[in-house]
Amino acid sequence: MVADLLRLKLLLLRNSLRRSTGQLIGVILGGLYGLGLLGVLVVGLVLLGTAELELIRTILVIGGSATVLGWIIIPIAATGIDMTLDPARFVTFAIPMRQLLAGLVLGGILGIPGVVTLIASLTQVITWIRYPAAALTALVCGLLAVLLCVVASRLVTTAVSSMTGSRRFKDVNGIVAFIPLIFLGPIIGGVTAGFQSSPGFARSLADILAWTPLGALWAAPADVAAGEPGAALLKFLIGAATLVLFLVLWSRSLTHALVTPPYNAVSKRAGGNLGWFARFPATPAGAVAARALTYWLRDPRYSASLVVIPFVAVLLYFSGGGSGTAFAFLGPLTAFLLAWSISADISYDNTAFSLHVSTGVSGRDDRLGRAAALLVFALPITLVFTVGPLLITGRTEDLPVMVGLSIGLLLTGAGLSSIVSARYTYNVPLPGESAFKTPPGTNFTMFAVQFIGWFVMLLLALPEIVLTVAYFVTGQSLYGWLTVLVGFALGGVLLVVGIRTGGRWYDRRAPELLLAVSANR
Amino acid sequence: MSSLVPSPTDENNPQTRTGTAALSIRGLAKRFGEKIAVNGISLDVPPGSFYGLVGPNGAGKTTTLSMATGLLRPDFGSVTVHGVDVWGQPLEAKKLMGILPDGVRLFDRLTGEQLVTYAGLLRGMDRETVIERTGDLLRALDLTNDAGTLVVDYSAGMTKKIALASALIHAPRLLVLDEPFESVDPVSAANIRDILAGYVRSGGSVIVSSHVMDLVQRMCDHVAVIAAGTVLAAGTVDEVRGDATLEDRFVELVGGRSTSEGLSWLRTS
Repeated sequence: MVADLLRLKLLLLRNSLRRSTGQLIGVILGGLYGLGLLGVLVVGLVLLGTAELELIRTILVIGGSATVLGWIIIPIAATGIDMTLDPARFVTFAIPMRQLLAGLVLGGILGIPGVVTLIASLTQVITWIRYPAAALTALVCGLLAVLLCVVASRLVTTAVSSMTGSRRFKDVNGIVAFIPLIFLGPIIGGVTAGFQSSPGFARSLADILAWTPLGALWAAPADVAAGEPGAALLKFLIGAATLVLFLVLWSRSLTHALVTPPYNAVSKRAGGNLGWFARFPATPAGAVAARALTYWLRDPRYSASLVVIPFVAVLLYFSGGGSGTAFAFLGPLTAFLLAWSISADISYDNTAFSLHVSTGVSGRDDRLGRAAALLVFALPITLVFTVGPLLITGRTEDLPVMVGLSIGLLLTGAGLSSIVSARYTYNVPLPGESAFKTPPGTNFTMFAVQFIGWFVMLLLALPEIVLTVAYFVTGQSLYGWLTVLVGFALGGVLLVVGIRTGGRWYDRRAPELLLAVSANR
Repeated sequence: MSSLVPSPTDENNPQTRTGTAALSIRGLAKRFGEKIAVNGISLDVPPGSFYGLVGPNGAGKTTTLSMATGLLRPDFGSVTVHGVDVWGQPLEAKKLMGILPDGVRLFDRLTGEQLVTYAGLLRGMDRETVIERTGDLLRALDLTNDAGTLVVDYSAGMTKKIALASALIHAPRLLVLDEPFESVDPVSAANIRDILAGYVRSGGSVIVSSHVMDLVQRMCDHVAVIAAGTVLAAGTVDEVRGDATLEDRFVELVGGRSTSEGLSWLRTS
């Protein structure tokens, strides 16, 4: 039975690769990335063996704890990261729990992250080769730690997926769980700063982690090497007990999940509230704008980017150390990000886009509506984010140039996005999926479109950028006012051109666009 | 209930040409890679007819209807709706058609009411008419109590019904419905049949794909049997079925019925 589950996993992988070459390239790239990472890890771990005991211990404990933590956190942030062996699919088969658990654990290891973790923890044995007893302990503890990683991650997935019965929970979770990841950079920065400021910091961090379930199994070999078998045994017991506890909890929640099909509690609601549809003009373009704006607020894939924006502000504020140089560019950066955010609009519609094709909406109306929905909130946000930082840091004399640059970028970008989304589609998270899930396959197209698109956007906004540079170099306010003028005028013209050109392309290619987005579902 | 869908011959439909077929398909063909999905299909849906399109799974029904409605560009062939070329003058042709596609998503983060309103406004209708007709359609399809629920939270049958309402809102002269009764409960299905029958009586034309033979035999006056991308038989239901039931005739045409020799182990007694 266990072997059957493993074979099933491999078969699913092979068949998914056979479906598209794009996916194959994705897996190969992922494999190469994993291989590279693994190479660095293995070489590092082998070299580490020549270091002194204290350093080996500190690095292994902190690195190991981070690995376990990663296995726990990542599945929450990216809901359904690897659900090829989703327990819910085994509901109708009478598989004994013990065998199902074993199969799911081994199936969890069988994947790029699992294999990398496994090989890295086995390499630990070589790290400890100077201390034979420690090496033996490292072999046992390393294997247990890998099991702990997989079981902990599966436990979290099962627990979360039984909670995610309701769509609302799924929507909110997809966004909220990502917030800590945004701050991962600053957190890592803080920890690194801690390492640099005091050499004892890492050691005391490792000392604490060594007594937690996260680091206990990684610390046990070090205690053996240091000649403290008692402490080693205790840590081994902590790790083993955690593993057993997690297994029991997982088996329980799995048993529960298998007899409790997901149920979506929905309260009936009568109509009468047309929302934005009552507020926008009753024209095709107005309807598209109302629909798009509704989606900005209601579809987590869109609202996630709105939630992220305030955090960008916080990040920029702190990254400049309060000096305000980086913070002052919050407005242009926000404008840039927001303007580009509608560049994959039709990909996000997925096959719902067929309504636009079947009702025969003209390309101009479609483009205009989507751009209008964006500008309705992007203009005020950009203005606030441009003016606010300058007021806070007391640089009001820079107002004209920054407003000009921001507005120029926003309008130019909205125009460019109107063209891009009518021409290029690529795989994006499907409706209802987490906003941060990276869909497999055709990632190359996505990166190409993104990078070339950004480059073109900067090229189109070059007049504003040059004027801004001129302003800061010469300090003459004339350049500032020129930036405002060019930002509004050139940006406005490019927006109109973008909507027109995008509209013409849309009219010519609407059925092909629909066919392209149908491929991803 | 039959007065509910506005008459298709009212002033909202500017192109009133007589004598031409409601839907005329000529030599339509489409291939996806190696597979030929539709291999030269020609059909005529007479005005005022209730036309059934039946065929086994994978026969090319959905592909044919997608090409006939301007959703999928055909490799060969032409389609006209009341004399308007669908691929030559798509905007004019789409005004005449109401389309219920199968297997596509809806804008499901809208409420049911918003979705139908959206479909109406996209067609360029004025707000008062859209609001009035949306209310009528939701009532007729028994969705009034869920009008404010998000479509993503609808059951499969309710989703089908709200998609049907979106296809009816502009009072088209031709309705193209791909599997309209799939997962719809019997009461709602009967309501939908009444609405469609009233629509046909008032001069509209319907083409509907299905694999429920019984339903097609009772409901439609014309039928075409397609399999493997070609038309096996087409005409009035009586012409096609002859003396047999439509189901028997269908099985006879399509073949593939296996004799009941196998699976002897499945017998429990």
